Amino acid sequence: MREITYLEAVREAMSQEMRKNDDVYILGEDIGVYGGAFGVTRGMIEEFGPERVRNTPISESGIAGAAVGSALTGMRPILELQFSDFITIAMDQMVNQAAKIRYMYGGKGKVPMVLRTPSGSGTGAAAQHSQSLEAWVTHIPGLKVVQPSTAYDAKGLLKAAMDDDNPVIFYEHKLLYKTSSDVPEEQYSLPLGKADVKREGSDVTIVATAIMVHRAQEAAEELEKEGISVEVIDPRTLVPLDEETIVKSVSKTGRVVVVHEAVKRGGYGGEIASMIAESEAFDYLDAPIKRLGGAPSPIPYNPELEKSHVPQVPDIIQAVKETLNKA
Amino acid sequence: MAEVKKLNVPEKITDDKLIDLYKQMWQIRFFDEKVDEFFAKGMIHGTTHLAVGQEASAAGVCALLDVEDKITSTHRGHGHCIAKGATADRMMAELFGRTTGYCKGKGGSMHIADVDMGNLGANGIVAGGIPLAVGSALTAQMKKKDYVTVCFFGDGASNEGSFHEAVNLASIWKLPVIFVCENNQYGMSGPVTEMVNVENIATRSEAYGIPGVVADGNDIVEMMNVTDEAVQRARNGEGPTLIEAKTYRWKGHSKSDAKKYRTREEEKEWRQKDPIKRFKEVLVEAGLLTEEKAEEIRLEVKKEIEDAVKFAEESPMPTADDLLTDVYA
Repeated sequence: MREITYLEAVREAMSQEMRKNDDVYILGEDIGVYGGAFGVTRGMIEEFGPERVRNTPISESGIAGAAVGSALTGMRPILELQFSDFITIAMDQMVNQAAKIRYMYGGKGKVPMVLRTPSGSGTGAAAQHSQSLEAWVTHIPGLKVVQPSTAYDAKGLLKAAMDDDNPVIFYEHKLLYKTSSDVPEEQYSLPLGKADVKREGSDVTIVATAIMVHRAQEAAEELEKEGISVEVIDPRTLVPLDEETIVKSVSKTGRVVVVHEAVKRGGYGGEIASMIAESEAFDYLDAPIKRLGGAPSPIPYNPELEKSHVPQVPDIIQAVKETLNKA
Repeated sequence: MAEVKKLNVPEKITDDKLIDLYKQMWQIRFFDEKVDEFFAKGMIHGTTHLAVGQEASAAGVCALLDVEDKITSTHRGHGHCIAKGATADRMMAELFGRTTGYCKGKGGSMHIADVDMGNLGANGIVAGGIPLAVGSALTAQMKKKDYVTVCFFGDGASNEGSFHEAVNLASIWKLPVIFVCENNQYGMSGPVTEMVNVENIATRSEAYGIPGVVADGNDIVEMMNVTDEAVQRARNGEGPTLIEAKTYRWKGHSKSDAKKYRTREEEKEWRQKDPIKRFKEVLVEAGLLTEEKAEEIRLEVKKEIEDAVKFAEESPMPTADDLLTDVYA
């Protein structure tokens, strides 16, 4: 199998679907000849033309609404928002319109669209271009939320998102765009709501999302040297959440660390932790559930401060040891 | 019967259609008046926004639309709904929260939609439907379909960012959409004269390079004529038009409104411009309608609304099992 980057996997998933299905099109700011803020759509306008790779004005509310309205009337749009922070400007259309239309209309009409957007810090882009706001949208019934951590997952989950008849928010991590993995050339779909056990282990479970999946795996390798066996679970989709895989793992290990980049307070880790506490896994817990997340501040510019805002490998190692009383 | 005078209306509008429209205006008025009565008596819960006095714009605009054409509506949307072909019984059932309502009792007054009839929905968010209408028009353009989309909104919505973003999008992409601003003089309590520093909201079209037309929103004949032109432009691929219909809501903003922000004299003045009465005079003058026939129509509609209430009252309530259905497709 060939290896491609996460960014290429996202592009390939879109291109393959657009070749097959005329209803699929992409719209967003600077996605035409520029190729998108991160280069994800590079080359696509040349293949599909400006009708289907639709360069838009800087109007997040307007283009989000246009995507929703076109989805409601028979298209299957992919909306690219340059930075996930900008969902703030598109929020009415996603939260009050897209998420609720089907329910409000008594099951008539559907909004099959994907909002793709890069999130996360680590690029020095500071407070308004680095956030991880996925918890906001997980709170809204009617939306689905996907957060792939590898190129392989990105391609398969994006296919599933494009096939879904609901609005799906698809978070891509900026620092993962250049990471590579083995990715089949043909189309394939990874079901939404199915977690992936990235590493098997027996002492402690780490539930990690997006870039934290990689940091958790690094931490697990380090810990293995000290004889600590760590299981790493990537939920891959936050809504729907594969509760079963997490509960099963925690029931086995009896210890769990939940880690994400988003600010810990009000972050989705709280949801995962409570879900575990409410499940049968609670009876198997040998230590309190541990949560790691971003610091309660805006993302700072200074590279050292920026780094200290989000959990790093040593933080994860430390947290795992704490659950084992080995810190 | 007196000699029939040809009215200056679009070609598409037949004499029979004119009588239907007269009837439809009464349907809109009686529906909202009945809803008003039920709210006053506490028979319906939640809130509602009535369009009594604004019947000419809903009826006049939708008169030019076919079933395939789409509309997006507002919180004050019962009239648009009726004009786009919804029936009073299922609308009333929706307000009563019954399963036979257009949204199975889950939407209520502010969210009535009938996607099959081209009604993409009322909207509880001011200006929320404007980008949706642009998206609907984008589908028409991309799928090379002939339908147009009419986007109703109020004077208040013209101050929302999404109005400006959406009109600009429609303009640069030359989309088949008609923006109809029903300027009823107030955004809740905010007088348009204090909230907008231009005399006519229609002039905002200039900023986006599209035509803007001011029309007497209480004159259904004028509304049909300006809409006809805008629909033709849209169907010919010439892009959007912004129509401003100057009108007035006779009732308050919503069910609890002491109307402290306007005078009773002003209300009286606007009641003189009653769009239904004016249309009746035009039809009688043209020899298309008699006073007797007009009264017959009025009474017929009144009965229809009573029947709608009966239908609603007799319809089943949703059960707890319905709570979690239709969240996802």
